[in-house]
Amino acid sequence: MKFGVLVFPGSNCDHDAYHVVSKHVGQPVDFVWHRQTDLSGYDAIIVPGGFSYGDYLRAGALARFSPVMNSVKEFAAKGKFVFGICNGFQILCEAGLLPGALMRNSGLHFVCRHVNLRVENGFTPYTEGIQESRVLSIPVAHAEGNYVCDDRTFDSLEENGQIVFRYCDERGEVTPESNPNGSRSNIAGICNLDRNVLGMMPHPERACEDLLGSNDGRDIFRSLANSIDALAV
Amino acid sequence: MKAKVYVKLKPSVLDPQGKAIHHSVELLGFEKVGDVRQGKYFEIALDPGLSSEEAQATAEKIARDVLANPVIEDYSVVID
Repeated sequence: MKFGVLVFPGSNCDHDAYHVVSKHVGQPVDFVWHRQTDLSGYDAIIVPGGFSYGDYLRAGALARFSPVMNSVKEFAAKGKFVFGICNGFQILCEAGLLPGALMRNSGLHFVCRHVNLRVENGFTPYTEGIQESRVLSIPVAHAEGNYVCDDRTFDSLEENGQIVFRYCDERGEVTPESNPNGSRSNIAGICNLDRNVLGMMPHPERACEDLLGSNDGRDIFRSLANSIDALAV
Repeated sequence: MKAKVYVKLKPSVLDPQGKAIHHSVELLGFEKVGDVRQGKYFEIALDPGLSSEEAQATAEKIARDVLANPVIEDYSVVID
Protein backbone atom coordinates (compact mmCIF):
# COMPACT_ATOMS: atom_id res chain seq x y z
CA MET A 1 0.00 0.00 0.00
CA LYS A 2 1.25 3.46 -0.80
CA PHE A 3 -0.08 6.94 -0.13
CA GLY A 4 0.73 10.11 -2.04
CA VAL A 5 0.33 13.60 -0.59
CA LEU A 6 -0.06 16.30 -3.25
CA VAL A 7 1.97 19.46 -2.86
CA PHE A 8 0.83 22.67 -4.56
CA PRO A 9 2.52 26.04 -4.17
CA GLY A 10 0.87 27.20 -0.95
CA SER A 11 -0.02 23.79 0.51
CA ASN A 12 0.81 23.85 4.22
CA CYS A 13 -0.75 20.74 5.76
CA ASP A 14 1.17 18.36 3.49
CA HIS A 15 3.75 17.52 6.15
CA ASP A 16 1.05 16.88 8.75
CA ALA A 17 -0.69 14.41 6.43
CA TYR A 18 2.63 12.75 5.60
CA HIS A 19 3.47 12.45 9.30
CA VAL A 20 0.13 10.85 10.16
CA VAL A 21 0.31 8.30 7.33
CA SER A 22 3.87 7.29 8.15
CA LYS A 23 3.66 7.39 11.95
CA HIS A 24 0.06 6.56 12.84
CA VAL A 25 -1.04 4.46 9.88
CA GLY A 26 2.42 2.96 9.44
CA GLN A 27 2.35 2.99 5.65
CA PRO A 28 4.74 4.27 2.99
CA VAL A 29 3.99 7.74 1.68
CA ASP A 30 5.49 10.16 -0.84
CA PHE A 31 5.09 13.85 -1.48
CA VAL A 32 3.78 14.36 -5.03
CA TRP A 33 4.65 17.74 -6.58
CA HIS A 34 1.77 19.28 -8.50
CA ARG A 35 3.62 19.07 -11.82
CA GLN A 36 3.95 15.31 -11.58
CA THR A 37 1.49 13.34 -13.71
CA ASP A 38 2.35 9.71 -12.94
CA LEU A 39 0.27 8.40 -10.05
CA SER A 40 0.81 4.72 -10.79
CA GLY A 41 1.94 2.90 -7.70
CA TYR A 42 -0.32 4.85 -5.36
CA ASP A 43 -3.44 3.49 -3.70
CA ALA A 44 -4.63 6.74 -2.17
CA ILE A 45 -3.94 10.39 -2.86
CA ILE A 46 -4.35 12.98 -0.12
CA VAL A 47 -5.09 16.52 -1.30
CA PRO A 48 -3.92 18.47 1.75
CA GLY A 49 -4.94 21.72 3.34
CA GLY A 50 -3.33 25.10 2.87
CA PHE A 51 -3.67 28.02 0.52
CA SER A 52 -2.85 26.63 -2.91
CA TYR A 53 -1.98 29.49 -5.26
CA GLY A 54 -2.68 31.88 -2.40
CA ASP A 55 -6.43 31.21 -2.70
CA TYR A 56 -6.35 33.63 -5.67
CA LEU A 57 -9.59 33.91 -7.67
CA ARG A 58 -11.42 31.40 -5.43
CA ALA A 59 -10.09 28.86 -2.93
CA GLY A 60 -8.96 25.84 -4.96
CA ALA A 61 -9.83 27.39 -8.31
CA LEU A 62 -6.30 27.64 -9.71
CA ALA A 63 -4.99 24.37 -8.28
CA ARG A 64 -7.44 22.49 -10.42
CA PHE A 65 -5.40 23.48 -13.50
CA SER A 66 -2.17 21.98 -12.13
CA PRO A 67 -0.93 19.09 -14.30
CA VAL A 68 -1.40 16.53 -11.51
CA MET A 69 -5.14 17.16 -11.36
CA ASN A 70 -5.90 15.43 -14.67
CA SER A 71 -4.09 12.40 -13.30
CA VAL A 72 -6.08 12.67 -10.07
CA LYS A 73 -9.30 12.58 -12.11
CA GLU A 74 -8.16 9.44 -13.94
CA PHE A 75 -7.01 7.96 -10.64
CA ALA A 76 -10.44 8.56 -9.07
CA ALA A 77 -12.21 7.20 -12.15
CA LYS A 78 -10.37 3.91 -11.59
CA GLY A 79 -11.95 3.69 -8.13
CA LYS A 80 -8.80 4.60 -6.24
CA PHE A 81 -9.03 6.77 -3.15
CA VAL A 82 -8.79 10.56 -3.22
CA PHE A 83 -9.05 12.30 0.15
CA GLY A 84 -9.33 16.10 0.19
CA ILE A 85 -8.89 17.96 3.45
CA CYS A 86 -9.84 21.64 3.83
CA ASN A 87 -8.21 23.34 0.83
CA GLY A 88 -8.11 19.83 -0.66
CA PHE A 89 -11.91 19.65 -0.36
CA GLN A 90 -12.17 23.06 -2.05
CA ILE A 91 -9.91 21.85 -4.87
CA LEU A 92 -11.95 18.66 -5.38
CA CYS A 93 -15.16 20.71 -5.64
CA GLU A 94 -13.57 23.14 -8.11
CA ALA A 95 -12.27 20.19 -10.13
CA GLY A 96 -15.75 18.67 -10.32
CA LEU A 97 -14.76 15.52 -8.41
CA LEU A 98 -17.26 16.45 -5.70
CA PRO A 99 -20.49 18.43 -6.13
CA GLY A 100 -21.16 21.90 -4.71
CA ALA A 101 -18.83 24.70 -3.68
CA LEU A 102 -17.25 26.20 -0.56
CA MET A 103 -17.91 29.86 0.06
CA ARG A 104 -16.86 32.49 2.56
CA ASN A 105 -17.95 31.60 6.12
CA SER A 106 -21.31 33.17 6.92
CA GLY A 107 -19.79 34.90 9.96
CA LEU A 108 -16.92 36.21 7.77
CA HIS A 109 -14.29 35.19 10.35
CA PHE A 110 -11.51 32.70 9.88
CA VAL A 111 -12.63 29.94 12.25
CA CYS A 112 -9.87 27.97 13.98
CA ARG A 113 -11.01 25.66 16.78
CA HIS A 114 -12.03 22.13 17.65
CA VAL A 115 -15.52 21.21 16.45
CA ASN A 116 -17.68 18.13 16.92
CA LEU A 117 -18.53 16.03 13.90
CA ARG A 118 -21.21 13.39 13.71
CA VAL A 119 -20.46 10.44 11.47
CA GLU A 120 -23.49 10.33 9.20
CA ASN A 121 -22.46 7.34 7.12
CA GLY A 122 -20.37 4.56 8.67
CA PHE A 123 -20.29 2.58 5.44
CA THR A 124 -17.75 4.54 3.43
CA PRO A 125 -14.12 3.51 2.95
CA TYR A 126 -13.17 6.41 5.22
CA THR A 127 -15.52 5.56 8.09
CA GLU A 128 -15.88 1.79 7.96
CA GLY A 129 -14.05 1.43 11.30
CA ILE A 130 -16.10 4.13 12.99
CA GLN A 131 -19.50 3.61 14.51
CA GLU A 132 -22.22 5.62 12.80
CA SER A 133 -23.47 8.58 14.87
CA ARG A 134 -20.22 8.66 16.83
CA VAL A 135 -19.09 12.20 17.62
CA LEU A 136 -15.51 13.04 16.63
CA SER A 137 -13.56 16.02 17.94
CA ILE A 138 -11.51 17.46 15.09
CA PRO A 139 -10.29 21.02 14.48
CA VAL A 140 -11.35 23.32 11.66
CA ALA A 141 -9.19 26.17 10.34
CA HIS A 142 -10.72 27.99 7.40
CA ALA A 143 -12.36 31.14 6.09
CA GLU A 144 -14.12 29.45 3.16
CA GLY A 145 -15.87 26.37 4.50
CA ASN A 146 -19.47 27.32 3.93
CA TYR A 147 -20.76 24.41 1.85
CA VAL A 148 -23.25 25.46 -0.83
CA CYS A 149 -25.19 23.42 -3.37
CA ASP A 150 -28.52 23.59 -5.16
CA ASP A 151 -31.60 21.73 -3.93
CA ARG A 152 -31.30 18.93 -6.45
CA THR A 153 -27.69 18.24 -5.50
CA PHE A 154 -28.57 18.36 -1.82
CA ASP A 155 -31.42 15.88 -2.24
CA SER A 156 -29.22 13.45 -4.14
CA LEU A 157 -26.44 13.79 -1.52
CA GLU A 158 -28.96 12.86 1.17
CA GLU A 159 -30.62 10.05 -0.75
CA ASN A 160 -27.33 8.44 -1.67
CA GLY A 161 -25.71 8.68 1.75
CA GLN A 162 -23.02 11.02 0.48
CA ILE A 163 -23.12 13.30 3.51
CA VAL A 164 -20.43 11.70 5.63
CA PHE A 165 -19.86 14.27 8.43
CA ARG A 166 -22.07 16.97 9.94
CA TYR A 167 -21.15 19.63 12.50
CA CYS A 168 -22.92 18.88 15.78
CA ASP A 169 -22.76 19.62 19.51
CA GLU A 170 -20.95 17.36 21.97
CA ARG A 171 -24.04 15.17 22.34
CA GLY A 172 -24.27 14.64 18.60
CA GLU A 173 -27.20 16.99 18.01
CA VAL A 174 -26.96 18.85 14.70
CA THR A 175 -27.79 22.41 15.76
CA PRO A 176 -27.37 25.85 14.16
CA GLU A 177 -25.08 26.84 17.05
CA SER A 178 -22.68 24.01 16.25
CA ASN A 179 -22.33 25.10 12.61
CA PRO A 180 -19.06 27.08 12.43
CA ASN A 181 -19.42 28.47 8.91
CA GLY A 182 -23.03 28.48 7.70
CA SER A 183 -22.72 25.26 5.68
CA ARG A 184 -25.95 23.97 4.25
CA SER A 185 -27.47 21.41 6.62
CA ASN A 186 -24.29 21.54 8.79
CA ILE A 187 -22.36 19.62 6.11
CA ALA A 188 -18.70 19.14 7.06
CA GLY A 189 -17.74 16.37 4.64
CA ILE A 190 -19.17 14.57 1.60
CA CYS A 191 -18.17 11.74 -0.70
CA ASN A 192 -18.90 11.01 -4.34
CA LEU A 193 -21.44 8.45 -5.46
CA ASP A 194 -18.81 5.71 -5.67
CA ARG A 195 -17.55 6.61 -2.16
CA ASN A 196 -13.87 6.59 -3.19
CA VAL A 197 -13.53 10.40 -3.18
CA LEU A 198 -14.06 12.21 0.13
CA GLY A 199 -13.74 15.88 0.99
CA MET A 200 -13.98 17.41 4.45
CA MET A 201 -13.27 20.86 5.87
CA PRO A 202 -12.08 19.75 9.35
CA HIS A 203 -8.49 18.54 9.71
CA PRO A 204 -8.29 14.91 10.91
CA GLU A 205 -4.50 15.01 10.42
CA ARG A 206 -4.36 17.56 13.25
CA ALA A 207 -6.24 15.23 15.58
CA CYS A 208 -4.06 12.14 15.74
CA GLU A 209 -2.17 12.68 18.98
CA ASP A 210 -3.33 13.12 22.60
CA LEU A 211 -0.93 16.02 22.86
CA LEU A 212 -3.01 17.85 20.26
CA GLY A 213 -6.24 17.39 22.20
CA SER A 214 -7.76 14.52 20.22
CA ASN A 215 -6.74 11.44 18.31
CA ASP A 216 -10.12 10.86 16.66
CA GLY A 217 -8.62 11.68 13.28
CA ARG A 218 -6.59 8.48 13.32
CA ASP A 219 -9.73 6.42 12.88
CA ILE A 220 -10.44 8.05 9.51
CA PHE A 221 -6.92 7.39 8.19
CA ARG A 222 -6.95 3.83 9.57
CA SER A 223 -10.36 3.15 8.02
CA LEU A 224 -8.93 4.26 4.69
CA ALA A 225 -5.91 1.97 5.10
CA ASN A 226 -8.21 -0.96 5.95
CA SER A 227 -10.29 -0.21 2.85
CA ILE A 228 -7.16 -0.24 0.68
CA ASP A 229 -6.22 -3.60 2.23
CA ALA A 230 -9.70 -4.96 1.57
CA LEU A 231 -9.46 -3.95 -2.10
CA ALA A 232 -6.12 -5.71 -2.46
CA VAL A 233 -7.50 -9.08 -1.28
CA MET B 1 -9.05 43.79 -28.31
CA LYS B 2 -10.17 43.71 -24.70
CA ALA B 3 -12.75 41.56 -22.96
CA LYS B 4 -14.42 42.81 -19.82
CA VAL B 5 -15.79 40.01 -17.70
CA TYR B 6 -18.12 40.57 -14.76
CA VAL B 7 -18.63 37.72 -12.29
CA LYS B 8 -21.34 37.94 -9.66
CA LEU B 9 -22.90 35.58 -7.16
CA LYS B 10 -26.16 34.00 -8.22
CA PRO B 11 -29.14 35.78 -6.64
CA SER B 12 -29.96 32.68 -4.59
CA VAL B 13 -26.51 32.61 -2.96
CA LEU B 14 -25.99 34.56 0.26
CA ASP B 15 -23.12 37.04 0.13
CA PRO B 16 -21.62 37.52 3.61
CA GLN B 17 -18.97 39.91 2.30
CA GLY B 18 -21.60 42.06 0.59
CA LYS B 19 -23.56 42.14 3.85
CA ALA B 20 -20.52 43.32 5.80
CA ILE B 21 -19.86 46.04 3.20
CA HIS B 22 -23.52 47.06 3.34
CA HIS B 23 -23.23 47.42 7.09
CA SER B 24 -20.21 49.70 6.70
CA VAL B 25 -22.05 51.77 4.10
CA GLU B 26 -24.89 52.22 6.59
CA LEU B 27 -22.42 53.25 9.29
CA LEU B 28 -21.12 55.87 6.87
CA GLY B 29 -24.58 57.43 6.97
CA PHE B 30 -26.23 55.89 3.90
CA GLU B 31 -29.07 54.23 5.78
CA LYS B 32 -31.31 54.03 2.74
CA VAL B 33 -28.96 51.82 0.74
CA GLY B 34 -30.91 48.58 0.35
CA ASP B 35 -28.28 45.99 -0.38
CA VAL B 36 -24.68 45.47 -1.53
CA ARG B 37 -23.48 42.43 -3.49
CA GLN B 38 -19.77 41.90 -4.12
CA GLY B 39 -18.54 40.64 -7.47
CA LYS B 40 -15.37 40.46 -9.57
CA TYR B 41 -14.27 42.31 -12.68
CA PHE B 42 -11.61 41.13 -15.14
CA GLU B 43 -9.97 42.78 -18.14
CA ILE B 44 -8.49 40.33 -20.62
CA ALA B 45 -6.22 41.42 -23.49
CA LEU B 46 -7.28 39.07 -26.28
CA ASP B 47 -5.45 38.18 -29.47
CA PRO B 48 -5.99 41.31 -31.66
CA GLY B 49 -6.41 39.07 -34.72
CA LEU B 50 -9.74 37.64 -33.48
CA SER B 51 -13.05 38.60 -35.06
CA SER B 52 -15.60 40.00 -32.63
CA GLU B 53 -17.51 36.67 -32.68
CA GLU B 54 -14.30 34.75 -31.92
CA ALA B 55 -13.41 37.23 -29.20
CA GLN B 56 -16.83 36.82 -27.61
CA ALA B 57 -16.59 33.01 -27.76
CA THR B 58 -13.04 33.00 -26.35
CA ALA B 59 -13.88 35.32 -23.49
CA GLU B 60 -17.01 33.33 -22.64
CA LYS B 61 -15.04 30.12 -22.51
CA ILE B 62 -12.44 31.70 -20.22
CA ALA B 63 -15.21 33.08 -18.01
CA ARG B 64 -17.04 29.76 -17.86
CA ASP B 65 -14.01 27.52 -17.32
CA VAL B 66 -11.82 29.69 -15.09
CA LEU B 67 -13.19 32.98 -13.85
CA ALA B 68 -16.60 31.88 -12.59
CA ASN B 69 -17.72 28.85 -10.63
CA PRO B 70 -21.07 27.96 -12.21
CA VAL B 71 -22.28 26.40 -8.94
CA ILE B 72 -22.43 29.79 -7.23
CA GLU B 73 -21.71 32.48 -9.83
CA ASP B 74 -23.04 34.03 -13.06
CA TYR B 75 -20.90 35.96 -15.54
CA SER B 76 -21.31 38.42 -18.36
CA VAL B 77 -18.86 39.39 -21.10
CA VAL B 78 -18.41 42.69 -22.95
CA ILE B 79 -15.95 42.98 -25.85
CA ASP B 80 -14.34 46.38 -26.28
